[in-house]
Amino acid sequence: MESSETPWADGKKFLWPLGLTVPAFPFIAWGLVELTGLGVFWWSGLILLFGIFPLLDQLVGKDAANPPESVLGWLESQRFYRWCTYLFLPLQYAGLVMACAVWTYGDLSAVDGLGLALTVGAVGGIGINTAHELGHKKESAERWLSKVALAQTAYGHFYIEHNRGHHVRVATPEDPASSRLGESFWRFLPRSVWGSLKSGWSLEKARLARTGKGPWTPRNDVLNAWAMTVVLFGTLIAVFGPGVAVLLAVQAVFGFSLLEVVNYLEHYGLLRQRTASGRYERCTPQHSWNSNNIASNVLLYHLQRHSDHHANPTRRYQALRHFDEAPELPSGYATMIVLAYVPPLWRRVMDKRVLAHYGGDLSRANVQPGEHDRYGVAA
Amino acid sequence: MSRFRCAVCEYVFDEAKGEPREGFPAGTSWAAVPDDWCCPDCGVREKIDFEEL
Repeated sequence: MESSETPWADGKKFLWPLGLTVPAFPFIAWGLVELTGLGVFWWSGLILLFGIFPLLDQLVGKDAANPPESVLGWLESQRFYRWCTYLFLPLQYAGLVMACAVWTYGDLSAVDGLGLALTVGAVGGIGINTAHELGHKKESAERWLSKVALAQTAYGHFYIEHNRGHHVRVATPEDPASSRLGESFWRFLPRSVWGSLKSGWSLEKARLARTGKGPWTPRNDVLNAWAMTVVLFGTLIAVFGPGVAVLLAVQAVFGFSLLEVVNYLEHYGLLRQRTASGRYERCTPQHSWNSNNIASNVLLYHLQRHSDHHANPTRRYQALRHFDEAPELPSGYATMIVLAYVPPLWRRVMDKRVLAHYGGDLSRANVQPGEHDRYGVAA
Repeated sequence: MSRFRCAVCEYVFDEAKGEPREGFPAGTSWAAVPDDWCCPDCGVREKIDFEEL
């Protein structure tokens, strides 16, 4: 029997352009400083990210609605949604240039300058999320835009490592970007930064070796993505003088650290079990932490519907779905990243949730080596 | 010449076309592709989960 067409409207459709608030951070900061004469507003990016957005997560609430299966293909084909991500990039780079100009000619105090660097770094960090959405797509123009978005944070290797490393090994001890139970964010950060870089490089090296080439070629996607950063930073230094090198370095480190704290939230303690053959079971909704908080979801293009993303990595953000069986974070990412910075608070909130997820059996969790005693499981 | 589809996404490995970017030129037989080679589009599963079309 033919089912009747159910009318369906995307309630979030006209919220998605709000994601462009993030690359507007430096302009918002500038506007507020001009308006009030207060230098503290150079910190607007951080005030919004760590103050206003967590508040919005609480105030706006959650939405677990899913688009019906029958409209997914149509929904993915709507170009409106793509433009919401594409437009992030010109704003992102206009903001970076503006920040360089203010840094050079604005006569900022050291504190105000730091605020400006972190504000523009927040854009670069969340720009990695935009790069993430674009880098998973099959269209080569979108993959190229992904590398462009990564140039600001010098994280070009993410494009390779995330798709070919993290997605393959997610929720296993072998993945540098999956955090372990009992691992603080501060311990995770260097492990993920260094491990992801090494892994991205080896993956490209192995691919090129199969084509009969060594790693030192412009075809190496890690190298050509990093080259974009060299050109970008080189041009900005040539135009604004060597002084902006400090701004560029600070914003890049803060930016990629922001990506890493988001990585930290996504799979904390979760572990894929081994099957009889010794392989890891396929990644299921149980292997990612999710959240339906609308504010964080709109600002991060549904990244928090993370289980569906890992099940269907090439699916476009507007079509990602909520799963009842997926573990749920107590709040949106905006709130959880603040918790992650304070390990005792994080453990207090999250460890019991990992325990509950595994029905009290933490031997099934991904436990940090050396922390087994704390959780009463055998190493 | 056979074709093999990723168990997760719509990616198809066609022996006739190969996947030159991945180091498998046109005409590469499926048997010559290593078992741990992952789908180049979604990265979720390896060769042994691909289905012959």
